[in-house]
Amino acid sequence: MPQLEFEGKQYEVDEDGYLQDWEEWKEGMAQLMASQDGITLGPEHWDIIKFLREYFIKFQIAPMIKILVKEIGKVMGPEKGNTKYLYQLFPGGPAKQACRYAGLPKPTGCV
Amino acid sequence: MANPKPEELARIEYNPPKTGWMDTPTVFKPGIFPYGCKPKSLETVSFPNPRSWSVKDEDWKLPENWQEIFIEGLRERVNKYRSFRLFLDICVRCGACADKCHFYIGGGDPKNMPVLRAELLRSVYRKYCTTSGKIMGKIAGARELTIDVLKEIWYYAYQCTECRRCSLFCPYGIDTAEITILARELLNLLGLNIDWIAGPVANCWLTGNHLGLQPHTIIDSFDMFINDLETATGIRVSPTFNRKGAEILLVVPSGDLFADPGTYTTMGELLLFHELGLDYTWSTFASEGGDFGFFTSNEMAKRLHNKIYEEAKRLKVKWIMGGECGHMWRVWHQYHNTWFGPVDFLEEPVSPITGTKFENTKSNKTVHICEFTADLIKHGKLNLDPSRNDNLIVTYHDSCNTSRGMGFFEEPRYIINSVCKNFYEMPPNTIREQTFCCGSGSGLNASENMENRLRGGLPRANAVKHVKEKYGVNMLACICAIDRAALVTAVDYWVPGVGVTGVHELVANALVMKGEKKRTKDLRGEPLPGMEGE
Repeated sequence: MPQLEFEGKQYEVDEDGYLQDWEEWKEGMAQLMASQDGITLGPEHWDIIKFLREYFIKFQIAPMIKILVKEIGKVMGPEKGNTKYLYQLFPGGPAKQACRYAGLPKPTGCV
Repeated sequence: MANPKPEELARIEYNPPKTGWMDTPTVFKPGIFPYGCKPKSLETVSFPNPRSWSVKDEDWKLPENWQEIFIEGLRERVNKYRSFRLFLDICVRCGACADKCHFYIGGGDPKNMPVLRAELLRSVYRKYCTTSGKIMGKIAGARELTIDVLKEIWYYAYQCTECRRCSLFCPYGIDTAEITILARELLNLLGLNIDWIAGPVANCWLTGNHLGLQPHTIIDSFDMFINDLETATGIRVSPTFNRKGAEILLVVPSGDLFADPGTYTTMGELLLFHELGLDYTWSTFASEGGDFGFFTSNEMAKRLHNKIYEEAKRLKVKWIMGGECGHMWRVWHQYHNTWFGPVDFLEEPVSPITGTKFENTKSNKTVHICEFTADLIKHGKLNLDPSRNDNLIVTYHDSCNTSRGMGFFEEPRYIINSVCKNFYEMPPNTIREQTFCCGSGSGLNASENMENRLRGGLPRANAVKHVKEKYGVNMLACICAIDRAALVTAVDYWVPGVGVTGVHELVANALVMKGEKKRTKDLRGEPLPGMEGE
């Protein structure tokens, strides 16, 4: 299986680079993964990553995009509560890219 | 990995290679296969050979005696399932099925001709289970089970969506999907499932649904639906969960609880049942209509299907209503009775609103939501304003499992025609029992499998394109959650500008409710026709 090297330690990731065990996630991993995509994480990115983590810890699944959009609108103002804004921050898609940085698995099934 | 452009993907090479099929090695192409299963998923359901492995690796980390396991498994199943033996024996390779498969049409790989895909396993059957094959080998169409042969069987078993379109055209009635089903079952003896199936199976075993939604997660989703519905209609619905003594247990695919546009189908159902005052309950345990166990093995299918049955018993409901789900219906309709016999603890379903007795469900006591709704409309029980869907020009995609798996054609069309004024059919050889698969069924809707999914979705999308150009169709209705997930992607790729919807979303938009506020928005929060300025 592919590995992610972080601070001298190896972490197991899946074939798309998602961390296998979300509990092993460290904050610094997010910036490491983002750098590999040429992205520098700012406070706006972190708001989303933190929300994703908190949601996952509570519900054991990454939130639906529309829940994320609503939450961002609430916290950061209605002008930012839309998918366009999320895609500006995470061009690879908020569900995929942001979840990967947050160390969360992607959902599978009829989705 | 970026997908090829549609015009590139549409250039399909149909010329077969110069070498015979047995002498043409199978090359694994990225985008044409899903990832292998994770060890944790197999451990969860006590399946054999859990380990980290990758399809791309040379070494698939199989048990030492893998050949013996596979061949013994094959012999066992050939003896157990007479249909399987028959399907392996009687094919005359006439080729009637060859050009009926969406993967062959959209991809051109000759090993995706259903006849040849089945031949991959048939040749192994001949070698180890028939006298002619044992003695005459290749001349009798037999071949040894080498590691390359095993990998080839794997590659193509996960390039069949078990949609059964090919079987419709077989003069002998061979159900090639059954061959794929058993090929996958054999592969599972070696731990060779795919992540997109094994993950949902493990989730369903642990939580009751493929997505792994826990009870409080489901309630959280519903809270959002309830708030959004109140915004749209002014009415606050109050569904119940796990309620003992309810008359009806409603079971829908979990994709409809957690992914758009399926969530709008669920919201539509919430509105309709609220308006009727129906005595029904949701279950957070039987929270999945689909059965990815069915894409794994018969035993796993039974283990997962059983929860609906047990939950109905526990809650002491009178009967079960099933939502807009695809393979749920194949399982209920074609497998349930063989596995468990007729349901003896439920009552024969009767609509509490119209008094209609659903006699067709005498055995399994499970009514399709479209049967139920069509009956309501037929009896004039719903106040409908189809003009609220006037912005939509709708066509209907028959889901493989409800059409070919249970002969369900009229009810969804009757409903759509009652709630929309603009409905147009796709060409006759692409609908009803001849419907084309979405290209992602039977657990193949993984994102890494995208090129294959888009190729498989081409015939369906092409028919959508036809009605888009001819009638201006802008909405594709369907009654399956895999469709709602997969067709959004396939249609967006091949026919941009056409949306995807469940039938009950259309119903709810047209439903005039008692005490509703002036409706200006549809369930998606978009303006209803004529209300753009409101």
